[in-house]
Amino acid sequence: MNGARTQPVSAAGGAARQAAGLPRLLPHGQGHARQPVAYRGADLIEAIGRSGLTGRGGAAFPVHRKLAAVKRCTMVIANGAESEPLSRKDATLLRLAPYLVQDGLHLVAEAVGAREVRLYTNEDGFLGGQETAVLNKVTGGPALPTFTPPRPAERGYLIHNVETLAHIALIARYGADWFRGAGTETEPGTMLTTIVTAGGTAVRETDIGTPLAGLAGLGDADLDKAQAVLIGGYHGTWLPTAVARHLTLDNAALRRHGASLGAGVIAVLPGDVCGLREAARVTRYLAAESAGQCGPCLNGLPRIANAMGDLTRGQQSGTRDIERWLGLVAGRGACHHPDGTARFVRGALDVFAAEVSLHAHGRCSAESRKPFLPTGSRP
Amino acid sequence: MNIVVNPIACAGHGACAELVPELIELDEWGYPVIDPHDVPAGLERQVRKAVSSCPALALSVRERQRTS
Amino acid sequence: MTVLWYMSRATGIVALVLLTAVFVLGIAVRGKTRLPGLPRFATADLHRNVSLLAVVFIAIHVLTAVLDSYVRIPLLAAIVPFTSGYERLWLGLGAVALDLMLAMIVTSLLRGRLNRVLWRAIHLTAYLCWPVALVHSVFSSDDLRQVPLIFIGIASVVLIIAAVAWRVVHAARQVRGADRVTALLDQPQDHAREPERAAR
Repeated sequence: MNGARTQPVSAAGGAARQAAGLPRLLPHGQGHARQPVAYRGADLIEAIGRSGLTGRGGAAFPVHRKLAAVKRCTMVIANGAESEPLSRKDATLLRLAPYLVQDGLHLVAEAVGAREVRLYTNEDGFLGGQETAVLNKVTGGPALPTFTPPRPAERGYLIHNVETLAHIALIARYGADWFRGAGTETEPGTMLTTIVTAGGTAVRETDIGTPLAGLAGLGDADLDKAQAVLIGGYHGTWLPTAVARHLTLDNAALRRHGASLGAGVIAVLPGDVCGLREAARVTRYLAAESAGQCGPCLNGLPRIANAMGDLTRGQQSGTRDIERWLGLVAGRGACHHPDGTARFVRGALDVFAAEVSLHAHGRCSAESRKPFLPTGSRP
Repeated sequence: MNIVVNPIACAGHGACAELVPELIELDEWGYPVIDPHDVPAGLERQVRKAVSSCPALALSVRERQRTS
Repeated sequence: MTVLWYMSRATGIVALVLLTAVFVLGIAVRGKTRLPGLPRFATADLHRNVSLLAVVFIAIHVLTAVLDSYVRIPLLAAIVPFTSGYERLWLGLGAVALDLMLAMIVTSLLRGRLNRVLWRAIHLTAYLCWPVALVHSVFSSDDLRQVPLIFIGIASVVLIIAAVAWRVVHAARQVRGADRVTALLDQPQDHAREPERAAR
């Protein structure tokens, strides 16, 4: 595996191709249109299998298995909902290379014999991009998760993240071996990441397995001033900077620290904000975004959020209750919202333990109270 | 056989926890916490009764195919 | 007047009382009420069993009326409303009530296979079924308009009104779904006590 091979999205269209001459998702998208499609139909499905492509929407499910699971496909849906407030990669991809997504969408539809395709974007809150919520909305219901089984694929609906479809469009042109030329042996290919730092938000395409510290735009200066790194968005894992700076961006490495790539969001919390306040604010957002359909989630998440708020005000009486509630909500909803929220909260309580103590004594390490992590609706 | 609850349909009636207390407990909000392991053979009948007694039809069983 | 005719009237009155019980039990199930002295699952079980018992009594009520020679009532009139020569309107209402009951029971037996919304819609016709059954009972014969059976009629009406009132209040107080989440957020929390199991 080579070192950091990344392309900034913001580069102008004439930017030089990467040294190895391998084409990329961005920004040279226009160039791919001239490349003829080499793999279609059953050949494409087989190529996707050999490529080892996994879903880029967060679940990292092997794409080939999803394609094989659908019996009679009514519709293929490109999921561009991107309801994670920190994430920008899908919107950027749709802005800079929409035809790659469209191509992938049509190629998949052709391969599975579906007659309808749809590009799905939404304003339906944090859960709006969840697979069953997408299907619910598309079939005339609210954008809320439903109980599985049956999964959408088993009901004849294929739902793929827009980035996944863009990769498929490229695999259809350049083949599985080309795709495997980037990334690691077990997690091949490139991925789009959203990097959120004090300096702003950037989208980068990078090989899977790139060292986190070396990711373009994330210089050592950023990591030195950081107090923690959040990997995987608001359902992700908090890691101390000291741990994060040695990590590579692949699930095999991240799993050893209880983390996973998710949809490729990496947020670097600056040293001058209060980690506890940030985490409490996001927890409140996550609780408010609950669909309110499942007892454990609708009861547990607001209580956890309230207790986090209490912690920022120095009241520690709820600490034992938080622990119990985190255990009670995980795995007991129809979707993974309670699990992800519990993971976020538990990580925050670990990483910001010192801050919790400070607040218990009426102090706070931060100079600025300006919010860092976004919790409003996007402009 | 495993017990499965549909958390969306579940309204916390609590009949299941009474019928199969060995495998189902109620949390502090009245919702079932279900033992994820295989149902022991002796409790299968009770479990089926709990499934049919659920007023919200939220309980079901998943039969595990055993390959020898 | 034959024995069969009396049996029909008697079983009809018992059926009305049983239907009142089924209705009240149905509201109790919906409200997750635990009947005193009984386990929780008994509320739903009782509701189901009493409804089946009511069907048995109605079956006897109908058959005895049909077999009886005092008046001519075709069997089909029990299911197809307003087709009996005798007391066409009042008996017809009885058939309407019976049709609704059968729909509710059949859909409940097949509940696992049915669309949830459809099951709920049919079950809601209970609110129509009981008043129709009551009118049928009160006007098909004099029985419920005279002492002492009139007290049974009044008691049943009072119970139904109380159950419906309770249901309406319960529905008004119930916060649903995402609103429930909002209601819980920012509420002061008391951490001092150990949580009660299944506190409501």
